[in-house]
Amino acid sequence: MNIPLTAQIINMCASLLLLIAFAMLSQRRILSLINLFALQGLVLSISTAVVAYSSNQSHLYYSAGLTLLLKVLLLPWILHQLIRRLNVKWDVETMFNIPTVMLIGLVLVIFSFNLAAPISQMAGTITKSTLGIAIASVLLSFLMMITRSKAVPQVVGFLAMENGLFFAATSATYGMPMVVELGIALDVLVGMFILGIFFFQIRVAFDSLDLKHMEKLKED
Amino acid sequence: MSYSALLFQLVQNAMVLLAAPLLLGWINQCRAILQNRSGAGVLQPFRNLIKLFHKDAILAYNASLLFRATPYILFACMWLAAALIPVLATDLPLSPVVDVIALVGIFALARVFISLAAMDIGTAFGSMGARREMLVGFLAEPALLMVLFTASTISQSTSLITIVEALAQKQFVLYPSMTFAAVAFIMVLLAENARVPVDNPATHLELTMIHEAMILEYSARHLALIEWASALKLLAFMTLGIALFLPWGIAENGDWAALPIALLLVFMKLLIGGAGLALLETLTAKMRIFRVPEFMGTAFLLAVLGLLTHFLLEVPA
Repeated sequence: MNIPLTAQIINMCASLLLLIAFAMLSQRRILSLINLFALQGLVLSISTAVVAYSSNQSHLYYSAGLTLLLKVLLLPWILHQLIRRLNVKWDVETMFNIPTVMLIGLVLVIFSFNLAAPISQMAGTITKSTLGIAIASVLLSFLMMITRSKAVPQVVGFLAMENGLFFAATSATYGMPMVVELGIALDVLVGMFILGIFFFQIRVAFDSLDLKHMEKLKED
Repeated sequence: MSYSALLFQLVQNAMVLLAAPLLLGWINQCRAILQNRSGAGVLQPFRNLIKLFHKDAILAYNASLLFRATPYILFACMWLAAALIPVLATDLPLSPVVDVIALVGIFALARVFISLAAMDIGTAFGSMGARREMLVGFLAEPALLMVLFTASTISQSTSLITIVEALAQKQFVLYPSMTFAAVAFIMVLLAENARVPVDNPATHLELTMIHEAMILEYSARHLALIEWASALKLLAFMTLGIALFLPWGIAENGDWAALPIALLLVFMKLLIGGAGLALLETLTAKMRIFRVPEFMGTAFLLAVLGLLTHFLLEVPA
């Protein structure tokens, strides 16, 4: 096997991302979930920097730095502040059956690997084989949003999905244009602020952050 | 087969016998330090073994031959397993006899015998321990096999020597699949050796026991053999982990000059690995027995993911 070292590091980062996606899927504690999210951002930013180095795409350095700033430092900090103020720091979810979710996750991984195989054969980038993992982490974050009932884990799932999309963009086409990336970063940040306000509103209205209450249209 | 290889096999056999209690003592010492206790010293397992060998064995009235034979079978299985794993050099005459699947089979054989022996006396705790052991075992085994299959697909052989040679000799390659396999392997190691998240080796509470519940009826030399066998099993798993995931520095075929360095490296790896295990055990809490299937399911899933990522990332399209 003669894959260059940078590609090996990227592949390693990709599999770490997949590992973190599964860890998030099975993590019950909100605090650990946020730490995992920060770790995911870190791995993402490292892999982006390595892609930037190996392909001489200088704008990818900026997006790696942006990822580091936004997803490793700022967003986890905001989330930490939020769960501290909402007093849900030690919350544990016990609602769902983890082995079943993990098995569904495995099926999703196989599905996305198959889905990505023809695309990555056409792509000419150094990172083409990681596209399957990028799609898998998007789908896994999506699954996480579906299976969680509390508001904060759902938002973390949403942010993780954005991470997966970002990784897909880097692995398929060496990233999006800088303007688009800046726009998305701003969107995520603003979305985070709005969702943070929503948390407080939800809690005022329902006395809990469990979104099951929102399924009812009328009060009994 | 050359005489030097034979000699080497004998040295390894003797070494694992001595190294196993030392490793256990080291792990216990690390745990003691981490828990702010002073600890009994690295040699304590030896003292325990000597004490037990000097005592008179007591057997239950209804103990059958199986009960008496099991410690010896267990000890033989674990000694064989620990002696087979190429960790110092790849030139082991005994190693080609057994491939990775048979290695898992040896562990399974030992498990069957200890479970049967636990049920032989007919006490409630013994059968409870045996059933729990079987539960953990049947979940851990497929995960272990998948981990080994991942290594096998990389080296295209199920022979341990070929796997280790393939992983150690090639130029440095990062295998993403092996990260998954390594995490799964650590989980299997914890479960198979009755370490903390699954079972507590130092527990005195019968209701939470798994491994200890099975050997409650054993005493003296039988107990000593079983404890020695457990230490050997832990050593076998640790060396298997080293052979699969950190094989660098192993002395290759017939290279006697590389042996001292290989010995030193293995010693260092075991020291670090033991300390890591102690740290892991101190940081995690023992989980309920009903959480164990979830834990082992995760291990199996990670092993399968390792295999999948191998086919996605490492097989050139």
